[in-house]
Amino acid sequence: MIRMENVTKAFDDNHVLQGMNLEIPKGTSMVIIGGSGTGKSVALKCILGLIKPDSGMIYVDGKDAQKGDRDAFLARFGMLFQGAALFDSLPVWQNVAFRLLRGSLKRQADEAREIAIEKLRRVGLKSNVADRLPAELSGGMQKRVGLARAIAAEPEIIFFDEPTTGLDPIMSGVINDLIREIVTEMGATAMTITHDMSSVRAIADNVAMLHGGVIQWTGPVGQMDASGDPYVEQFISGSAEGPIEAVR
Amino acid sequence: MNPISLLGELGRAILTMLAAFGRVALFALDAVSHIFRPPFYPREFGIALLNIGWLSLPVVGLTAIFTGGALALQIYAGGARFNAEAVVPQIVAIGMVRELGPVLVGLMIAARVTSSIAAEIATMKVTEQIDALVTLSTHPMKYLTAPRVLAALLTVPVLVAIGDIIGIAGGYTVATQNLGFNPAAYLKNTVNFLELRDIVSSLVKGAAFGVIAAIMGCYYGMSSGRGAQGVGRATKGSVEAAAVLILAANFVLTGVFFSL
Repeated sequence: MIRMENVTKAFDDNHVLQGMNLEIPKGTSMVIIGGSGTGKSVALKCILGLIKPDSGMIYVDGKDAQKGDRDAFLARFGMLFQGAALFDSLPVWQNVAFRLLRGSLKRQADEAREIAIEKLRRVGLKSNVADRLPAELSGGMQKRVGLARAIAAEPEIIFFDEPTTGLDPIMSGVINDLIREIVTEMGATAMTITHDMSSVRAIADNVAMLHGGVIQWTGPVGQMDASGDPYVEQFISGSAEGPIEAVR
Repeated sequence: MNPISLLGELGRAILTMLAAFGRVALFALDAVSHIFRPPFYPREFGIALLNIGWLSLPVVGLTAIFTGGALALQIYAGGARFNAEAVVPQIVAIGMVRELGPVLVGLMIAARVTSSIAAEIATMKVTEQIDALVTLSTHPMKYLTAPRVLAALLTVPVLVAIGDIIGIAGGYTVATQNLGFNPAAYLKNTVNFLELRDIVSSLVKGAAFGVIAAIMGCYYGMSSGRGAQGVGRATKGSVEAAAVLILAANFVLTGVFFSL
């Protein structure tokens, strides 16, 4: 389980998180929604330790996320970045098997390559992309390679940062279905950040609405449409009228 | 602007500069410490050796040969004013080995390698590849910085030595082909005149300039701002800082080696 307690983070005078509280039960898929610049990615990076919160506590399975063996902590996570964040200089299979080629999870190169190709197949890519460079792939293929990398070491917790941004509706649907399938079959805890309501409905068990640096509403995805929360209602309808200012 | 405001601005500028020096110094210490602490990344080190050493050879060679040739012409023309044309071999040798070889190679490395390191790492930062490294349990300082700094430390002295030799060869070619020097006498004068201290100073300067060039590239890359403008600023800043620090370090090292 992941728990955030009163987490705050400011960049100069921009107070992005202002006491964020959130619980993600083990084995469930939480989707955080909210407008651009409301701190969704910052929250995610605070959990991973990529950004240090100014105050507040973050617990993963009851343990303080900022203490203990960092490598062991990160080995439990997989992450799909918004722009895939593939390493340009490495072929696709080495990107996917990055964690398996070094560090505590190191395998023989042949074995790591086999696992990489299997994970590529799992996300719908043929083995002939394994030796190509990321720059030779389309945006959708890069996202799928990023997804394959995120699941390569079979992590317990997977984060997805805007998994469908910049993709056409068909490819978005493919990625959403893949994420849902993978999270279900791996039994992983998932946290996704998105603006895309079709992703929310496809991926989420639970939804949290982040605005003004705090979680305004959280609940099961089935209750989202009838939440009664003005922030959630405005976000779902996409209306310029409501508590969320259109000009930010 | 009143004098108090002016003083305040000056103080602020000095504090900003000192803070920047502090950040660079801490980064450099961290980078060097990671060279000695596992895990090590031999593949990245090999690529860095290739990029910094082998692929810099053409630019270093061309710079050195033209500089050596021009130096011979200058010394011959200048020396003729007080009947000292005969010192061309000695001055070319000492000029290339003590000063021009290390400085020009250092500046060429700053232009070619520092810019490339800064642009590459800054782009990695902007595209979240550095964050991705961290989430994959890989320390960016160990994976990106340590191999490049170590490769520069080892290869730039070799490049300087090669530059020194090619520069002297350039001077030799011009002097023997155009200025009428005897080839055997030219070589004898060159070899006899150089001291071990000259060569050691050249190599030590090369090592220092290599470390400066790599650290500046990595530092500016890691501290890059967002977007294409951030990458551009990081690249420009890294080359400016590396070039100035190389020239400053050259002054200090020359003082250490030759003012005693």
